[in-house]
Amino acid sequence: MATKITPGEAYGFFTDTSVCIGCKACEVACKEWNQLPEEEDELDFLGQSLDNTGELNGSTWRHVQFIDNVPDETMSEGNGRAFLLMSDVCKHCKHASCMDVCPTGAIIRTEFDTVFIQEDVCNGCRDCIAACPYDVIDVNEERNVAQKCTLCYDRLQGGMEPACAKACPTDSIQFGPLDDLRDRAKKREATLHAQGLKEANLYGHDDKVYGGLNAFFLLMDKPEAYKLPNAANAVLPQRNNLGGYLGIFGTAVLGLFSAVIARRQRNMGGGEDPAGTSEGERT
Amino acid sequence: MTSLGAAQHFAGAPEWTWYILVYFFAAGLAGGSYFLATFLRYWGTPADEPLARLGFYVPLPATALGALMLTLDLNQPLRFWHMVVNTTPGEFGLNFNSTTPMSVGVWALLVGSVFALVVFLGALAADGRIRHPLADRLAAFLDGSAGRTFNVVGTVLYVFIAAYTGVLLAVSNQPVWSDTWALGGLFLASGLSGSVALLLLLTHFRRDAAPSRGFLEVGGRLFTALELLLLVVVLLTLIDDRTLDTALDLPWIPLWLLALAGMLPALRDFAVGGLRPTTGGAVAAVRAPAWAVPALVLVGVLALRAAFIFSAQA
Repeated sequence: MATKITPGEAYGFFTDTSVCIGCKACEVACKEWNQLPEEEDELDFLGQSLDNTGELNGSTWRHVQFIDNVPDETMSEGNGRAFLLMSDVCKHCKHASCMDVCPTGAIIRTEFDTVFIQEDVCNGCRDCIAACPYDVIDVNEERNVAQKCTLCYDRLQGGMEPACAKACPTDSIQFGPLDDLRDRAKKREATLHAQGLKEANLYGHDDKVYGGLNAFFLLMDKPEAYKLPNAANAVLPQRNNLGGYLGIFGTAVLGLFSAVIARRQRNMGGGEDPAGTSEGERT
Repeated sequence: MTSLGAAQHFAGAPEWTWYILVYFFAAGLAGGSYFLATFLRYWGTPADEPLARLGFYVPLPATALGALMLTLDLNQPLRFWHMVVNTTPGEFGLNFNSTTPMSVGVWALLVGSVFALVVFLGALAADGRIRHPLADRLAAFLDGSAGRTFNVVGTVLYVFIAAYTGVLLAVSNQPVWSDTWALGGLFLASGLSGSVALLLLLTHFRRDAAPSRGFLEVGGRLFTALELLLLVVVLLTLIDDRTLDTALDLPWIPLWLLALAGMLPALRDFAVGGLRPTTGGAVAAVRAPAWAVPALVLVGVLALRAAFIFSAQA
Protein backbone atom coordinates (compact mmCIF):
# COMPACT_ATOMS: atom_id res chain seq x y z
CA MET A 1 0.00 0.00 0.00
CA ALA A 2 1.36 3.41 -0.93
CA THR A 3 2.49 5.57 1.98
CA LYS A 4 0.63 8.85 2.40
CA ILE A 5 3.28 11.55 2.59
CA THR A 6 2.47 14.57 4.74
CA PRO A 7 4.78 17.58 5.20
CA GLY A 8 5.69 18.05 8.87
CA GLU A 9 5.99 14.34 9.53
CA ALA A 10 9.40 12.60 9.77
CA TYR A 11 10.18 10.10 7.01
CA GLY A 12 13.12 7.86 6.33
CA PHE A 13 14.47 4.53 5.18
CA PHE A 14 14.73 1.26 7.02
CA THR A 15 17.31 -0.82 5.16
CA ASP A 16 17.14 -4.49 6.11
CA THR A 17 20.50 -5.82 4.95
CA SER A 18 19.48 -9.43 5.71
CA VAL A 19 17.32 -9.52 2.57
CA CYS A 20 19.50 -7.47 0.23
CA ILE A 21 20.48 -9.57 -2.80
CA GLY A 22 22.88 -7.05 -4.32
CA CYS A 23 20.86 -6.52 -7.50
CA LYS A 24 21.69 -2.78 -7.53
CA ALA A 25 18.22 -1.84 -8.74
CA CYS A 26 18.35 0.90 -6.11
CA GLU A 27 21.53 2.36 -7.62
CA VAL A 28 20.01 2.38 -11.09
CA ALA A 29 16.71 3.86 -9.95
CA CYS A 30 18.52 6.57 -8.00
CA LYS A 31 20.72 7.49 -10.95
CA GLU A 32 17.81 7.52 -13.37
CA TRP A 33 15.47 9.62 -11.26
CA ASN A 34 18.11 12.09 -10.11
CA GLN A 35 19.79 12.25 -13.53
CA LEU A 36 23.16 11.41 -12.04
CA PRO A 37 25.99 10.81 -14.47
CA GLU A 38 27.74 7.49 -14.71
CA GLU A 39 31.24 7.58 -13.41
CA GLU A 40 34.25 7.20 -15.66
CA ASP A 41 34.99 3.63 -14.69
CA GLU A 42 31.50 2.64 -13.63
CA LEU A 43 31.16 -0.06 -16.25
CA ASP A 44 34.58 -1.46 -15.50
CA PHE A 45 35.30 -4.09 -12.91
CA LEU A 46 36.97 -2.62 -9.85
CA GLY A 47 38.31 -6.01 -8.84
CA GLN A 48 36.25 -5.66 -5.70
CA SER A 49 33.80 -8.48 -5.98
CA LEU A 50 30.57 -7.42 -7.68
CA ASP A 51 30.93 -3.78 -6.77
CA ASN A 52 31.40 -1.41 -9.69
CA THR A 53 30.52 1.95 -8.20
CA GLY A 54 32.93 1.62 -5.31
CA GLU A 55 31.58 4.23 -2.93
CA LEU A 56 28.98 6.86 -2.26
CA ASN A 57 29.93 10.16 -3.86
CA GLY A 58 28.58 13.20 -5.65
CA SER A 59 27.06 11.19 -8.46
CA THR A 60 26.36 7.89 -6.69
CA TRP A 61 23.83 8.44 -3.94
CA ARG A 62 22.99 4.78 -3.41
CA HIS A 63 25.78 2.25 -3.24
CA VAL A 64 25.47 -1.47 -2.63
CA GLN A 65 28.38 -2.63 -0.51
CA PHE A 66 29.62 -6.16 -1.16
CA ILE A 67 31.59 -7.12 1.92
CA ASP A 68 33.51 -10.34 1.55
CA ASN A 69 33.68 -11.81 5.03
CA VAL A 70 33.71 -15.40 3.79
CA PRO A 71 36.64 -17.25 5.38
CA ASP A 72 39.15 -18.91 3.07
CA GLU A 73 38.94 -22.28 4.80
CA THR A 74 36.02 -24.64 4.23
CA MET A 75 33.34 -24.34 6.90
CA SER A 76 31.44 -27.22 8.43
CA GLU A 77 27.90 -27.86 7.29
CA GLY A 78 25.46 -25.22 8.50
CA ASN A 79 28.21 -22.78 9.45
CA GLY A 80 28.83 -21.19 6.08
CA ARG A 81 29.13 -17.43 5.75
CA ALA A 82 27.68 -15.31 2.99
CA PHE A 83 28.82 -11.93 1.72
CA LEU A 84 27.47 -9.00 3.69
CA LEU A 85 25.35 -6.86 1.39
CA MET A 86 24.12 -3.40 2.24
CA SER A 87 22.56 -0.68 0.15
CA ASP A 88 24.27 2.35 1.67
CA VAL A 89 22.88 5.87 1.56
CA CYS A 90 22.94 9.21 3.39
CA LYS A 91 21.77 8.60 6.94
CA HIS A 92 19.88 11.92 7.27
CA CYS A 93 21.18 12.21 10.85
CA LYS A 94 19.15 14.05 13.45
CA HIS A 95 22.38 15.69 14.66
CA ALA A 96 23.96 16.08 11.23
CA SER A 97 27.70 16.81 11.14
CA CYS A 98 27.36 18.32 7.66
CA MET A 99 24.76 20.84 8.83
CA ASP A 100 26.98 21.70 11.80
CA VAL A 101 29.86 22.85 9.64
CA CYS A 102 28.12 24.28 6.57
CA PRO A 103 29.06 27.98 6.46
CA THR A 104 26.58 28.98 3.74
CA GLY A 105 23.37 27.54 5.12
CA ALA A 106 23.11 25.39 2.00
CA ILE A 107 22.34 22.27 4.03
CA ILE A 108 18.86 22.40 5.46
CA ARG A 109 16.35 20.11 7.13
CA THR A 110 13.24 19.73 5.01
CA GLU A 111 9.60 19.55 5.98
CA PHE A 112 10.01 15.77 5.82
CA ASP A 113 12.81 15.88 8.46
CA THR A 114 15.41 14.92 5.88
CA VAL A 115 18.76 16.61 5.23
CA PHE A 116 19.00 18.37 1.87
CA ILE A 117 21.80 20.27 0.12
CA GLN A 118 20.54 23.28 -1.84
CA GLU A 119 22.45 23.11 -5.09
CA ASP A 120 22.13 26.81 -5.85
CA VAL A 121 23.30 27.90 -2.39
CA CYS A 122 26.31 25.59 -1.93
CA ASN A 123 29.58 27.22 -2.99
CA GLY A 124 31.71 24.10 -2.86
CA CYS A 125 33.84 24.79 0.22
CA ARG A 126 33.76 21.04 0.97
CA ASP A 127 33.72 21.43 4.76
CA CYS A 128 30.74 19.04 4.84
CA ILE A 129 32.84 16.38 3.14
CA ALA A 130 35.47 16.64 5.89
CA ALA A 131 32.75 16.42 8.52
CA CYS A 132 30.46 13.64 7.31
CA PRO A 133 31.40 10.58 9.37
CA TYR A 134 29.90 8.23 6.77
CA ASP A 135 31.79 9.48 3.68
CA VAL A 136 28.46 10.19 2.01
CA ILE A 137 28.95 13.68 0.56
CA ASP A 138 31.18 14.50 -2.38
CA VAL A 139 31.40 17.01 -5.20
CA ASN A 140 29.21 16.24 -8.18
CA GLU A 141 31.52 16.83 -11.12
CA GLU A 142 28.72 18.06 -13.42
CA ARG A 143 27.04 20.42 -10.97
CA ASN A 144 30.32 21.32 -9.23
CA VAL A 145 28.81 21.52 -5.75
CA ALA A 146 28.53 19.09 -2.84
CA GLN A 147 25.79 16.53 -3.40
CA LYS A 148 24.27 13.50 -1.74
CA CYS A 149 21.00 11.61 -1.42
CA THR A 150 18.06 13.98 -1.13
CA LEU A 151 15.74 11.19 -0.02
CA CYS A 152 14.07 12.10 -3.31
CA TYR A 153 12.86 15.44 -1.95
CA ASP A 154 11.12 16.20 -5.23
CA ARG A 155 9.27 12.88 -5.19
CA LEU A 156 8.20 13.39 -1.57
CA GLN A 157 6.81 16.80 -2.50
CA GLY A 158 4.82 15.04 -5.20
CA GLY A 159 3.54 12.40 -2.76
CA MET A 160 5.75 9.62 -4.17
CA GLU A 161 8.12 7.36 -2.26
CA PRO A 162 11.85 7.60 -3.09
CA ALA A 163 12.96 5.87 -6.27
CA CYS A 164 15.30 3.37 -4.59
CA ALA A 165 12.65 2.09 -2.19
CA LYS A 166 10.18 1.85 -5.07
CA ALA A 167 12.64 -0.20 -7.13
CA CYS A 168 13.89 -2.57 -4.40
CA PRO A 169 12.55 -6.03 -5.29
CA THR A 170 13.08 -7.61 -1.85
CA ASP A 171 11.89 -4.76 0.36
CA SER A 172 15.38 -4.47 1.75
CA ILE A 173 14.83 -0.71 1.42
CA GLN A 174 11.61 0.34 3.09
CA PHE A 175 10.33 3.89 3.12
CA GLY A 176 7.80 5.36 5.50
CA PRO A 177 7.09 7.45 8.58
CA LEU A 178 9.95 6.97 11.05
CA ASP A 179 7.83 5.62 13.90
CA ASP A 180 6.33 2.94 11.64
CA LEU A 181 9.74 1.99 10.31
CA ARG A 182 11.15 1.64 13.82
CA ASP A 183 8.33 -0.67 14.83
CA ARG A 184 8.87 -2.79 11.73
CA ALA A 185 12.62 -2.90 12.36
CA LYS A 186 12.27 -4.09 15.95
CA LYS A 187 9.91 -6.86 14.89
CA ARG A 188 12.26 -7.93 12.13
CA GLU A 189 15.22 -7.99 14.52
CA ALA A 190 13.23 -10.10 17.00
CA THR A 191 12.28 -12.53 14.22
CA LEU A 192 15.90 -12.97 13.17
CA HIS A 193 17.02 -13.44 16.77
CA ALA A 194 14.30 -16.10 17.18
CA GLN A 195 15.72 -17.83 14.10
CA GLY A 196 19.11 -18.02 15.77
CA LEU A 197 20.69 -15.10 13.90
CA LYS A 198 21.89 -13.37 17.05
CA GLU A 199 24.28 -11.15 15.08
CA ALA A 200 21.37 -9.18 13.64
CA ASN A 201 21.43 -5.69 15.15
CA LEU A 202 19.77 -2.38 14.50
CA TYR A 203 21.95 0.65 13.77
CA GLY A 204 20.69 4.20 14.11
CA HIS A 205 17.10 3.36 15.06
CA ASP A 206 17.49 5.03 18.45
CA ASP A 207 19.26 8.19 19.60
CA LYS A 208 22.61 6.55 20.37
CA VAL A 209 24.06 7.40 16.96
CA TYR A 210 23.89 11.09 16.01
CA GLY A 211 20.62 11.49 17.84
CA GLY A 212 19.01 8.91 15.58
CA LEU A 213 19.23 8.30 11.84
CA ASN A 214 16.33 8.82 9.48
CA ALA A 215 17.97 6.19 7.29
CA PHE A 216 18.73 3.35 9.68
CA PHE A 217 19.79 -0.24 9.15
CA LEU A 218 19.41 -3.79 10.28
CA LEU A 219 22.95 -5.15 10.09
CA MET A 220 24.23 -8.72 10.13
CA ASP A 221 27.59 -7.83 11.68
CA LYS A 222 29.16 -5.09 13.77
CA PRO A 223 28.71 -1.56 12.36
CA GLU A 224 32.46 -1.26 11.72
CA ALA A 225 32.25 -4.11 9.20
CA TYR A 226 30.04 -1.83 7.06
CA LYS A 227 32.26 1.24 7.62
CA LEU A 228 29.81 2.69 10.09
CA PRO A 229 31.22 4.19 13.31
CA ASN A 230 29.91 2.46 16.41
CA ALA A 231 27.94 4.42 18.99
CA ALA A 232 31.07 5.31 21.01
CA ASN A 233 32.74 6.77 17.92
CA ALA A 234 29.74 8.54 16.44
CA VAL A 235 30.93 12.00 17.45
CA LEU A 236 30.16 15.45 16.09
CA PRO A 237 32.90 17.68 14.64
CA GLN A 238 31.90 20.51 16.97
CA ARG A 239 33.29 18.53 19.91
CA ASN A 240 36.67 20.09 19.08
CA ASN A 241 35.51 23.72 19.08
CA LEU A 242 35.96 24.40 22.79
CA GLY A 243 39.30 22.59 23.15
CA GLY A 244 40.60 24.21 19.98
CA TYR A 245 39.69 27.75 21.01
CA LEU A 246 41.02 27.22 24.55
CA GLY A 247 44.26 25.97 22.96
CA ILE A 248 44.47 29.20 20.95
CA PHE A 249 43.85 31.31 24.05
CA GLY A 250 46.51 29.49 26.06
CA THR A 251 49.04 29.80 23.23
CA ALA A 252 48.24 33.49 22.78
CA VAL A 253 48.90 34.11 26.49
CA LEU A 254 52.20 32.22 26.27
CA GLY A 255 53.06 34.11 23.08
CA LEU A 256 52.46 37.44 24.80
CA PHE A 257 54.52 36.28 27.77
CA SER A 258 57.32 35.32 25.35
CA ALA A 259 57.21 38.76 23.75
CA VAL A 260 57.49 40.42 27.16
CA ILE A 261 60.52 38.26 27.98
CA ALA A 262 62.08 39.05 24.59
CA ARG A 263 61.63 42.77 25.28
CA ARG A 264 63.43 42.45 28.60
CA GLN A 265 66.22 40.26 27.28
CA ARG A 266 66.93 42.07 24.04
CA ASN A 267 69.85 44.12 25.35
CA MET A 268 71.40 41.44 27.53
CA GLY A 269 73.93 40.15 25.01
CA GLY A 270 75.95 41.29 22.04
CA GLY A 271 72.98 42.01 19.82
CA GLU A 272 72.62 44.96 17.51
CA ASP A 273 70.44 47.08 19.74
CA PRO A 274 72.06 50.47 20.14
CA ALA A 275 72.92 51.46 23.69
CA GLY A 276 70.55 53.91 25.23
CA THR A 277 67.30 52.63 23.74
CA SER A 278 65.24 52.76 26.85
CA GLU A 279 62.59 50.17 27.56
CA GLY A 280 59.11 51.39 28.17
CA GLU A 281 56.04 52.43 26.45
CA ARG A 282 56.20 54.53 23.36
CA THR A 283 54.65 57.88 23.86
CA MET B 1 37.94 17.15 23.24
CA THR B 2 36.63 13.70 23.81
CA SER B 3 39.41 11.21 23.60
CA LEU B 4 38.18 8.38 21.48
CA GLY B 5 40.85 5.81 22.10
CA ALA B 6 41.17 4.00 18.79
CA ALA B 7 39.19 6.54 16.78
CA GLN B 8 37.21 5.20 13.84
CA HIS B 9 37.44 7.36 10.78
CA PHE B 10 35.34 6.69 7.72
CA ALA B 11 35.04 10.31 6.54
CA GLY B 12 36.12 11.20 3.00
CA ALA B 13 38.83 13.75 2.25
CA PRO B 14 37.70 17.29 1.32
CA GLU B 15 40.64 17.65 -1.05
CA TRP B 16 41.87 20.84 0.53
CA THR B 17 45.30 21.15 -1.02
CA TRP B 18 47.57 23.90 -2.38
CA TYR B 19 45.21 26.87 -2.20
CA ILE B 20 44.39 26.04 1.40
CA LEU B 21 48.05 25.50 2.24
CA VAL B 22 48.95 28.96 0.91
CA TYR B 23 46.01 30.48 2.79
CA PHE B 24 47.03 28.85 6.08
CA PHE B 25 50.59 30.09 5.56
CA ALA B 26 49.48 33.64 4.74
CA ALA B 27 47.05 33.71 7.67
CA GLY B 28 49.82 32.66 10.07
CA LEU B 29 52.14 35.40 8.83
CA ALA B 30 49.41 38.04 8.85
CA GLY B 31 48.44 37.23 12.44
CA GLY B 32 51.97 36.94 13.75
CA SER B 33 53.07 40.18 12.07
CA TYR B 34 50.09 42.13 13.39
CA PHE B 35 50.79 40.85 16.90
CA LEU B 36 54.51 41.72 16.77
CA ALA B 37 53.88 45.13 15.21
CA THR B 38 51.31 46.10 17.84
CA PHE B 39 53.52 44.87 20.65
CA LEU B 40 56.55 46.78 19.40
CA ARG B 41 54.67 50.00 18.65
CA TYR B 42 52.96 50.31 22.01
CA TRP B 43 55.16 48.30 24.35
CA GLY B 44 58.54 48.48 22.65
CA THR B 45 61.07 51.32 22.49
CA PRO B 46 60.95 54.28 20.12
CA ALA B 47 63.68 52.53 18.13
CA ASP B 48 61.23 49.71 17.43
CA GLU B 49 58.85 51.93 15.45
CA PRO B 50 60.43 51.15 12.03
CA LEU B 51 60.00 47.41 12.63
CA ALA B 52 56.46 47.98 13.88
CA ARG B 53 55.68 49.71 10.60
CA LEU B 54 57.23 46.84 8.67
CA GLY B 55 54.97 44.52 10.63
CA PHE B 56 51.90 46.59 9.84
CA TYR B 57 52.65 46.36 6.13
CA VAL B 58 52.27 42.55 6.20
CA PRO B 59 48.62 41.78 7.19
CA LEU B 60 46.90 43.50 4.24
CA PRO B 61 48.72 41.77 1.37
CA ALA B 62 48.74 38.49 3.30
CA THR B 63 44.99 38.76 3.89
CA ALA B 64 44.36 39.64 0.25
CA LEU B 65 46.44 36.66 -0.88
CA GLY B 66 44.68 34.39 1.61
CA ALA B 67 41.21 35.55 0.59
CA LEU B 68 42.10 35.00 -3.06
CA MET B 69 43.31 31.47 -2.32
CA LEU B 70 40.17 30.70 -0.31
CA THR B 71 38.00 31.91 -3.14
CA LEU B 72 39.89 29.97 -5.79
CA ASP B 73 39.59 26.81 -3.70
CA LEU B 74 35.80 26.95 -3.86
CA ASN B 75 34.14 24.79 -6.50
CA GLN B 76 31.96 27.82 -7.21
CA PRO B 77 34.30 30.80 -6.65
CA LEU B 78 31.71 33.35 -7.76
CA ARG B 79 29.56 32.27 -4.82
CA PHE B 80 32.20 33.24 -2.23
CA TRP B 81 29.73 35.78 -0.84
CA HIS B 82 27.37 32.96 0.14
CA MET B 83 29.68 32.60 3.17
CA VAL B 84 28.28 35.81 4.62
CA VAL B 85 24.88 36.20 2.96
CA ASN B 86 22.21 33.53 3.28
CA THR B 87 20.75 32.92 -0.16
CA THR B 88 18.27 30.27 0.92
CA PRO B 89 14.91 31.31 -0.56
CA GLY B 90 12.83 33.08 2.07
CA GLU B 91 15.70 33.33 4.54
CA PHE B 92 17.68 36.20 3.09
CA GLY B 93 20.02 37.73 5.67
CA LEU B 94 23.53 37.46 7.03
CA ASN B 95 25.07 34.03 7.59
CA PHE B 96 26.83 33.18 10.81
CA ASN B 97 27.24 29.66 12.13
CA SER B 98 29.13 29.60 15.42
CA THR B 99 29.60 25.82 15.34
CA THR B 100 31.84 25.98 12.28
CA PRO B 101 35.21 27.75 12.44
CA MET B 102 34.91 28.36 8.69
CA SER B 103 32.01 30.75 9.25
CA VAL B 104 33.64 32.40 12.28
CA GLY B 105 36.89 32.69 10.34
CA VAL B 106 35.27 34.30 7.32
CA TRP B 107 33.79 36.99 9.52
CA ALA B 108 37.12 37.46 11.31
CA LEU B 109 38.78 37.88 7.90
CA LEU B 110 36.15 40.31 6.72
CA VAL B 111 36.35 42.52 9.81
CA GLY B 112 40.09 41.97 10.19
CA SER B 113 40.77 43.16 6.67
CA VAL B 114 39.43 46.61 7.64
CA PHE B 115 41.98 46.73 10.47
CA ALA B 116 44.70 45.52 8.11
CA LEU B 117 43.84 48.26 5.62
CA VAL B 118 43.87 50.96 8.29
CA VAL B 119 47.25 49.95 9.75
CA PHE B 120 48.69 49.55 6.25
CA LEU B 121 47.64 53.07 5.35
CA GLY B 122 48.79 54.27 8.76
CA ALA B 123 52.25 52.80 8.18
CA LEU B 124 52.41 54.42 4.74
CA ALA B 125 51.44 57.76 6.27
CA ALA B 126 53.91 57.43 9.14
CA ASP B 127 56.64 56.61 6.62
CA GLY B 128 55.69 59.68 4.60
CA ARG B 129 54.80 57.61 1.56
CA ILE B 130 51.35 59.16 1.31
CA ARG B 131 50.96 62.83 1.97
CA HIS B 132 47.47 64.02 2.70
CA PRO B 133 45.87 65.68 5.72
CA LEU B 134 43.69 62.62 6.21
CA ALA B 135 46.76 60.39 6.21
CA ASP B 136 48.38 62.57 8.86
CA ARG B 137 45.23 62.34 10.98
CA LEU B 138 45.18 58.58 10.58
CA ALA B 139 48.82 58.31 11.68
CA ALA B 140 48.10 60.56 14.67
CA PHE B 141 45.03 58.45 15.57
CA LEU B 142 47.03 55.22 15.50
CA ASP B 143 49.73 56.82 17.63
CA GLY B 144 47.33 57.74 20.42
CA SER B 145 45.47 55.78 23.06
CA ALA B 146 42.47 55.26 20.76
CA GLY B 147 44.85 53.86 18.19
CA ARG B 148 46.26 51.53 20.80
CA THR B 149 42.78 50.21 21.59
CA PHE B 150 42.09 49.89 17.87
CA ASN B 151 45.23 47.87 17.36
CA VAL B 152 44.66 45.67 20.37
CA VAL B 153 41.28 44.74 18.89
CA GLY B 154 42.94 44.20 15.51
CA THR B 155 45.59 42.04 17.14
CA VAL B 156 42.99 39.86 18.81
CA LEU B 157 41.29 39.41 15.45
CA TYR B 158 44.51 38.60 13.68
CA VAL B 159 45.76 36.23 16.37
CA PHE B 160 42.48 34.43 15.82
CA ILE B 161 43.00 34.46 12.04
CA ALA B 162 46.48 32.95 12.45
CA ALA B 163 45.18 30.21 14.70
CA TYR B 164 41.60 29.30 13.81
CA THR B 165 42.77 27.44 10.74
CA GLY B 166 43.97 24.70 13.08
CA VAL B 167 40.57 24.55 14.77
CA LEU B 168 38.95 24.48 11.33
CA LEU B 169 40.83 21.28 10.59
CA ALA B 170 40.04 19.84 14.02
CA VAL B 171 36.30 20.50 13.69
CA SER B 172 35.81 17.64 11.26
CA ASN B 173 35.78 13.88 11.35
CA GLN B 174 39.08 13.49 9.49
CA PRO B 175 41.84 11.31 10.89
CA VAL B 176 44.70 13.29 12.47
CA TRP B 177 42.89 16.66 12.33
CA SER B 178 39.99 15.71 14.55
CA ASP B 179 42.14 13.69 16.92
CA THR B 180 43.80 16.67 18.54
CA TRP B 181 42.71 19.91 20.19
CA ALA B 182 46.13 21.56 19.90
CA LEU B 183 46.36 22.35 16.16
CA GLY B 184 45.06 25.91 16.60
CA GLY B 185 47.70 26.68 19.21
CA LEU B 186 50.40 25.04 17.11
CA PHE B 187 49.49 27.09 14.05
CA LEU B 188 49.56 30.27 16.14
CA ALA B 189 53.01 29.51 17.59
CA SER B 190 54.23 28.57 14.13
CA GLY B 191 52.75 31.77 12.68
CA LEU B 192 54.60 33.80 15.31
CA SER B 193 57.96 32.15 14.61
CA GLY B 194 57.34 32.52 10.87
CA SER B 195 56.52 36.20 11.31
CA VAL B 196 59.74 36.73 13.24
CA ALA B 197 61.60 35.18 10.30
CA LEU B 198 59.70 37.30 7.79
CA LEU B 199 60.38 40.51 9.71
CA LEU B 200 64.05 39.56 10.11
CA LEU B 201 64.19 39.19 6.34
CA LEU B 202 62.47 42.52 5.82
CA THR B 203 64.89 44.32 8.17
CA HIS B 204 67.53 43.79 5.51
CA PHE B 205 65.54 46.13 3.28
CA ARG B 206 65.07 48.71 6.03
CA ARG B 207 68.19 49.58 7.93
CA ASP B 208 66.43 51.70 10.57
CA ALA B 209 64.63 48.54 11.73
CA ALA B 210 67.94 46.85 12.61
CA PRO B 211 67.83 47.87 16.30
CA SER B 212 64.88 45.53 16.82
CA ARG B 213 66.70 42.41 15.66
CA GLY B 214 67.65 41.53 19.25
CA PHE B 215 63.97 41.42 20.17
CA LEU B 216 63.19 39.30 17.11
CA GLU B 217 66.04 36.90 17.84
CA VAL B 218 64.99 36.24 21.42
CA GLY B 219 61.30 36.24 20.55
CA GLY B 220 61.95 33.80 17.73
CA ARG B 221 63.62 31.36 20.11
CA LEU B 222 60.74 31.48 22.56
CA PHE B 223 58.04 31.20 19.89
CA THR B 224 59.90 28.28 18.32
CA ALA B 225 60.22 26.54 21.68
CA LEU B 226 56.48 27.01 22.14
CA GLU B 227 55.90 25.64 18.63
CA LEU B 228 58.00 22.57 19.36
CA LEU B 229 56.19 22.01 22.65
CA LEU B 230 52.82 22.20 20.92
CA LEU B 231 53.98 19.91 18.13
CA VAL B 232 54.88 17.34 20.78
CA VAL B 233 51.45 17.81 22.37
CA VAL B 234 49.74 17.31 19.00
CA LEU B 235 51.73 14.15 18.29
CA LEU B 236 50.99 12.80 21.77
CA THR B 237 47.28 13.31 21.24
CA LEU B 238 47.57 11.44 17.96
CA ILE B 239 49.22 8.53 19.75
CA ASP B 240 46.24 8.48 22.07
CA ASP B 241 43.91 8.20 19.09
CA ARG B 242 46.21 5.88 17.13
CA THR B 243 46.46 8.12 14.08
CA LEU B 244 50.13 9.00 14.54
CA ASP B 245 51.04 6.45 11.86
CA THR B 246 48.83 8.29 9.38
CA ALA B 247 50.51 11.61 10.11
CA LEU B 248 54.02 10.18 10.00
CA ASP B 249 53.56 7.95 6.97
CA LEU B 250 56.58 7.70 4.69
CA PRO B 251 55.56 10.21 1.97
CA TRP B 252 55.25 12.97 4.56
CA ILE B 253 58.57 12.41 6.31
CA PRO B 254 60.39 15.00 4.12
CA LEU B 255 57.78 17.58 5.12
CA TRP B 256 58.20 16.80 8.82
CA LEU B 257 61.99 16.98 8.43
CA LEU B 258 61.67 20.38 6.73
CA ALA B 259 59.37 21.57 9.51
CA LEU B 260 61.92 20.49 12.11
CA ALA B 261 64.78 22.00 10.09
CA GLY B 262 62.94 25.31 10.21
CA MET B 263 62.89 25.14 13.99
CA LEU B 264 66.52 24.10 14.39
CA PRO B 265 68.27 27.50 14.05
CA ALA B 266 66.21 29.13 16.80
CA LEU B 267 66.46 26.07 19.02
CA ARG B 268 70.23 25.95 18.44
CA ASP B 269 70.55 29.61 19.40
CA PHE B 270 68.38 28.95 22.47
CA ALA B 271 70.63 26.08 23.51
CA VAL B 272 73.84 28.04 22.88
CA GLY B 273 72.90 31.53 23.93
CA GLY B 274 69.85 31.07 26.12
CA LEU B 275 67.85 34.28 26.06
CA ARG B 276 70.78 36.54 25.26
CA PRO B 277 70.85 37.95 21.74
CA THR B 278 73.92 36.80 19.84
CA THR B 279 75.19 38.68 16.83
CA GLY B 280 74.41 36.59 13.82
CA GLY B 281 73.30 33.52 15.79
CA ALA B 282 72.86 30.42 13.68
CA VAL B 283 73.59 32.46 10.54
CA ALA B 284 77.11 33.18 11.73
CA ALA B 285 77.57 29.62 12.96
CA VAL B 286 77.02 28.12 9.53
CA ARG B 287 78.36 31.12 7.60
CA ALA B 288 75.14 31.27 5.63
CA PRO B 289 73.87 34.40 3.93
CA ALA B 290 71.72 36.51 6.23
CA TRP B 291 68.54 35.62 4.35
CA ALA B 292 69.14 31.86 4.48
CA VAL B 293 68.03 31.10 8.02
CA PRO B 294 64.81 33.19 7.96
CA ALA B 295 64.02 31.63 4.58
CA LEU B 296 64.52 28.14 6.05
CA VAL B 297 62.22 29.03 8.95
CA LEU B 298 59.53 30.16 6.52
CA VAL B 299 59.88 26.97 4.49
CA GLY B 300 59.53 25.05 7.74
CA VAL B 301 56.34 26.93 8.65
CA LEU B 302 54.93 26.06 5.23
CA ALA B 303 56.05 22.42 5.52
CA LEU B 304 54.45 22.01 8.94
CA ARG B 305 51.07 23.03 7.55
CA ALA B 306 51.57 20.91 4.44
CA ALA B 307 52.37 17.86 6.57
CA PHE B 308 49.11 18.19 8.47
CA ILE B 309 46.98 19.09 5.46
CA PHE B 310 48.21 16.35 3.14
CA SER B 311 48.85 13.44 5.51
CA ALA B 312 45.28 13.36 6.81
CA GLN B 313 43.80 13.27 3.32
CA ALA B 314 46.07 10.64 1.79
